[in-house]
Amino acid sequence: MPPPRSARRPAPRVRTFPLGDTALLAELGTRLDTALNTRAIALATALKKRRDVRQTVAGYATVTVHFDPDQTTHEALTAAIKRLAAKRPPMEEPGRLHRIPVVYAGPDLEEVAARLNLTPERVAELHAKPIYRVFLVGFVPGWAYLGPLPEELELPRRHVPRTQVPAGSVAIAGRQTGIYPLPTPGGWHLIGRTSVKAFLPDRDPPCLFRAGDRVKFFASTR
Amino acid sequence: MSVLRVVEPGLFTTVQDLGRPNAISAGVPPGGAMDRFAHRAANLLVGNAEADACLECTLNGPTLVAARSCLVAITGADFDPRVNGQAVPGWTGIFLGVGDRLTFGARRSGGRTYIALAGGVAGDRWLGSLSTYLLAARGGMHGRNLKAGDEIGVARETGGPVVSGRQLPERLRPRYTDHTLLAVAGPHIKRLDAESRRLLFGGGFKVSREADRMGYRLDGPRLATSGDELLSFGLTAGAMQVPRGGQPILLMADHQTAGGYPVVATVVNASMPVAAQLLPGDDLQFAEVTLERAGQMRLALAAALDGLRDALR
Repeated sequence: MPPPRSARRPAPRVRTFPLGDTALLAELGTRLDTALNTRAIALATALKKRRDVRQTVAGYATVTVHFDPDQTTHEALTAAIKRLAAKRPPMEEPGRLHRIPVVYAGPDLEEVAARLNLTPERVAELHAKPIYRVFLVGFVPGWAYLGPLPEELELPRRHVPRTQVPAGSVAIAGRQTGIYPLPTPGGWHLIGRTSVKAFLPDRDPPCLFRAGDRVKFFASTR
Repeated sequence: MSVLRVVEPGLFTTVQDLGRPNAISAGVPPGGAMDRFAHRAANLLVGNAEADACLECTLNGPTLVAARSCLVAITGADFDPRVNGQAVPGWTGIFLGVGDRLTFGARRSGGRTYIALAGGVAGDRWLGSLSTYLLAARGGMHGRNLKAGDEIGVARETGGPVVSGRQLPERLRPRYTDHTLLAVAGPHIKRLDAESRRLLFGGGFKVSREADRMGYRLDGPRLATSGDELLSFGLTAGAMQVPRGGQPILLMADHQTAGGYPVVATVVNASMPVAAQLLPGDDLQFAEVTLERAGQMRLALAAALDGLRDALR
């Protein structure tokens, strides 16, 4: 066993799993943790530069790697991932800061407040307080998983998801928050709405947010 | 300039190429043809590049009239293609003269047929691809499926003479009638109890009515998973997600790019053309394979296309 590294945070142990014969999932950890997410984004960026890698997507604490099976194998890529993950990630540039106006009058605001034993005003205040991190962009076009949400606002998802959530809805679930970019089904609690468009189909990339960006909500009347 | 006029669009006909894999980091599905083998073969049969756009027709075919002479090829599902009422072979380059009418009879096998046009089907390009993505209303024919009266153009003039009659022999086509999808165990296979794992790779499933280009919800045995909620991670076509409730979902071309349900298995590349031909009500089962075997099968399909490519040189 090599001696432990002197870095403040030891390099996480990476595990890889096949996702079929042309992709794999590299798991750095299983916790919602900014440092793990920073490492995942750095690893995804480093892997993307390889010729045998077609595409990478950083998750909360994972990297999904789509590779060219004519150029590499699951085993060879796993070895490369372990080498890359052992390196200290480059200092992360602070992500771009987005300020998002929110009208805190969502259809679930009253119910959320009641379940949390808070007033609707206090829910809005707590939601607008932190600077959130974009942990991951995905699910549907333009969706960004933001967090961590203050513990006081933690609620499980709705039992029965809505079949249609309007675009621009600001929602919470667990320790996460997000903006619905398109009218889609959804199981999160809708506490507000914003006029900011998170999905920008005529731009490339077509998404306002990138993994690692920061987001601050503020209460607005429109 | 219009080459084919759409008289009847068919139930659900869209323009598809090989998709936009680079858009997944923005949450945009990779999209593209569901059956990549049939799509590529159709293009090669008319002398196109593999990545050119074709028409993907689900459940039944359109009625198209040639406004100009052109070369087409029909691959994938067998919807009984006809030119001016006369049956024409699939997996073969077919010459259409001005006024010729391409129609389809009854569905005989499979769920999706592909129509390639020499020069490539023209369409709107979005994020590097002509593939139609309905949710964002972008790509292909103005981001929607075809409708009567649409005019289909070619992406570029073919230049040289076109050669009809090229054919992919039957033995080189995917075995669409065998609905056994080969899969490798997924990252979260250990979340299944022993009985559920046995059912996954031994039980019979059926494509439910909730099945489209995003994915298929499968009827059949419920799979019991355990463990804490997962943090969301990047997904791939072929992944088998198991939400709470235990009804698996097989992700297809327009799949969500990230999710947090356990992935218990992933259908391998070589079996995706067969998966793409399934429709609601079709029976299917899964068989576990090694990565090595999956690689051999992928190469065998690639060799079939290589043969076609070489024959056309």
